[in-house]
Amino acid sequence: MSFFAALWQHSFLQHALLAGLLASVGCGVVGTYVVVKRITFMAGGIAHAVLGGMGIAYYLHAPPLAGALVSALFAALLLGWISLRWQQREDVLIGAIWAVGMAVGILFLSRTPGYNADLMSYLFGNILMVLTSDIWLMAGLDVVILLMVLLFYKQFQAVTFDEEFARLRGVAVNFFYLLLLCLVALTVVLLIRVVGLILVIALLTLPAAIALQYTGTLWKIMLLSMGLGMLFTTGGLGLSYAPDLPAGATIILLAGTVYLISTLWHNRRRQHWKF
Amino acid sequence: MSDAVIQLQAVSFAYPDASPILENINLEIAAGEFLGIVGPNGGGKSTLLKIILGLLQPYQGQVSVHGLPAALGRAHVGYVPQFASFARDYPISVEDTVLMGRLGKTPMLFGYRRQDRALAVAAMRETQLLDLRQRQIGTLSGGQLQRVLIARALACEPDILILDEPTANIDMRVEEDIFDLLKQLNHRLTILVVSHDIGFISGYVRRVACLNKTLLCHTTEALTSRLIENLYENPVRAIHHQHPPYAQPLPTCRH
Repeated sequence: MSFFAALWQHSFLQHALLAGLLASVGCGVVGTYVVVKRITFMAGGIAHAVLGGMGIAYYLHAPPLAGALVSALFAALLLGWISLRWQQREDVLIGAIWAVGMAVGILFLSRTPGYNADLMSYLFGNILMVLTSDIWLMAGLDVVILLMVLLFYKQFQAVTFDEEFARLRGVAVNFFYLLLLCLVALTVVLLIRVVGLILVIALLTLPAAIALQYTGTLWKIMLLSMGLGMLFTTGGLGLSYAPDLPAGATIILLAGTVYLISTLWHNRRRQHWKF
Repeated sequence: MSDAVIQLQAVSFAYPDASPILENINLEIAAGEFLGIVGPNGGGKSTLLKIILGLLQPYQGQVSVHGLPAALGRAHVGYVPQFASFARDYPISVEDTVLMGRLGKTPMLFGYRRQDRALAVAAMRETQLLDLRQRQIGTLSGGQLQRVLIARALACEPDILILDEPTANIDMRVEEDIFDLLKQLNHRLTILVVSHDIGFISGYVRRVACLNKTLLCHTTEALTSRLIENLYENPVRAIHHQHPPYAQPLPTCRH
């Protein structure tokens, strides 16, 4: 049966498609900031530390995505505080929180009976298992992210571009930096169902990195990377369906391939023809 | 001086666990003045600017800008940093960069207003950037980028302009353009410019403050090689160079 015929019939595929589209919205917006501000490693730290919160939530029989949400925000604020306070040791501390968060998660999951299948799905995503409640959560997170960026577009641009000048103009630089990291945390939670927390980094950065090669305005990069994210999640889902491949990994490989081709093509014709 | 717009009294500064960088600095800058601060690298020039901007706190002494503490007074100050403070490959146009000067004077929520855009256009017109307004900052030459930074500072509607090494990364011909622009802006703004190049700026500014931990002020006519040698603590090569419109030959010192 073809993907499109199956999509018509099965609600789990419709959910999967919708989840991919919703994830692409937040991802395109926040991923753009992650790429231009060069905080990919920071985003990776937040994403991986989330496993700690999910493990604890699982152990306590709480909803795992709620645990993910709480721990992502906690990790974002902790990492943000560290990078503001101990800038010169930032990379080491991010690495430590990255690994410690995962270790906490593994320990709690190991104490919870019947964890194995779920562990894999949180690490690598399982877009076919998206529930209606997940869809609502994702839509809610998208609304929060879009609202924040709409309200504070100027401040986020200033803080990611030139912190010193923003501070001189009276922008609360530290506040907006921490807020930005919290938006990264929300996006990580958005993406966990779709590609899993290990692959989050790719879907967060690759669409924006590709978009950056074609346009030089922040909001255009956001829109373009939203579109690319939708293309990758939908395309990856479709490609993985017939041969029964893991959807998350297929989505990432598709994004990676397009990024590689785009970069080669972009470097070949280096004139500026950005629109 | 009662009309001093920037006033420093007995200011001393040291970074934690280091010997003092600035000692007992007294400085008054009058409205409409064009003051150059020169001195060797590591002599405390950038630190002094950061204190005037309220980014660093001196452990001793008073700083006031327009009679206000530095952190409040800087609302009246347009600041032009050295290049290094941002990534040149950041995806942003000239116009959007200049608009950033409106931050703090425009409402916090949503985008810029129409009057902000009008002020940005006026700043770009004054710095001859209107033709480049849609260009990415990463594609500009050093001199063009410097004018963008000046336009961004002008968009703040300042009455004081502070520039940190505005000609550090650009060639001589463009350097003159930048200083001619500053001379023109000096008709309505107080200007404070930091440079390591005494010879060049003394053709433009009216008063030079020499900074190497302590501060000495001179009118530009009083600059001599001996004075410069004292400042730099070793003999310097003095080269006479002449800017055509400014007939007075002056020693140049590149450290």
